[in-house]
Amino acid sequence: MTVTTVKKDPETRTLTISAQFDAPVARVWQVWDDPRQLERWWGPPTYPATVLDHDLTPGGSVTYLMTGPGGDKHRGWWRVIAVDAPHRLEFEDGFADDAGNPNNTLPTTTCRVTLHEQAGGGTRMEIESTFPDLQAMQQLTEMGMEEGMTAAVGQIDQLLTPQGH
Amino acid sequence: MVLVAVRLTYNSMVVGSVDAERADQVFHALADATRRDIVAVVLAGEQSVSELARRYPMSFAAVQKHVVVLERAGLVTKRREGREQRVGGNIDTLREAHHLLNQLEAIWRQRLDRIGAILADPPEA
Repeated sequence: MTVTTVKKDPETRTLTISAQFDAPVARVWQVWDDPRQLERWWGPPTYPATVLDHDLTPGGSVTYLMTGPGGDKHRGWWRVIAVDAPHRLEFEDGFADDAGNPNNTLPTTTCRVTLHEQAGGGTRMEIESTFPDLQAMQQLTEMGMEEGMTAAVGQIDQLLTPQGH
Repeated sequence: MVLVAVRLTYNSMVVGSVDAERADQVFHALADATRRDIVAVVLAGEQSVSELARRYPMSFAAVQKHVVVLERAGLVTKRREGREQRVGGNIDTLREAHHLLNQLEAIWRQRLDRIGAILADPPEA
């Protein structure tokens, strides 16, 4: 797996990441389509995910539970917007309360996944993640732009670097 | 979800002491070029609000407002010295903001890494 591009567009609040996989499109699609595979990568190893519902049809939902190191549970959901297997999946991703009901006070993210056949049998997967219409999130992407931050932020970086992360 | 994962990571694993609402304030505060400049200036050395006001083509009141936004976000601290208000930088908050930014991209990179590992596994595994 190689991450080929990372783009952050503050205008549309979109983070786009492309990666190259040495596997055919149909195989890469399974990591989304098979809940047992999905839960192996969705959460970080310290917050493993358990996928509960998994209905990848338009209007369908996926619900999951992430369990933290202290046994703390965090629930989330997807609402499937569009599916064109094995090339495209679009869904809204949100937070849920302990009972699994969508938490509407926290913003949601829209995620668009596209899989592209590559010469030689590989796959390029593009993930487009659009942040909610919150100024804070817009700034978050803006600040991370690879094109470089302003001189002022550059100075801040320099000040921070000697002190480590 | 990316945002939630960032918040989870941010709240539970990386920062601990700063909540998500505070993070929003930090990013809002740093959204403005003048405010970013003020932060850089006061990190290099404390300044009075009047000294800061002389640096920018705007009123004392406007600069004062920027300082209030930065103060609320925990990016600068203000203290009174005689008739002056002295503004200093708070590097801890900046380091936390820095962490959050790096987390955002890292989460997707880590997910893609894990997908790569799954794809490299034999199907039976």
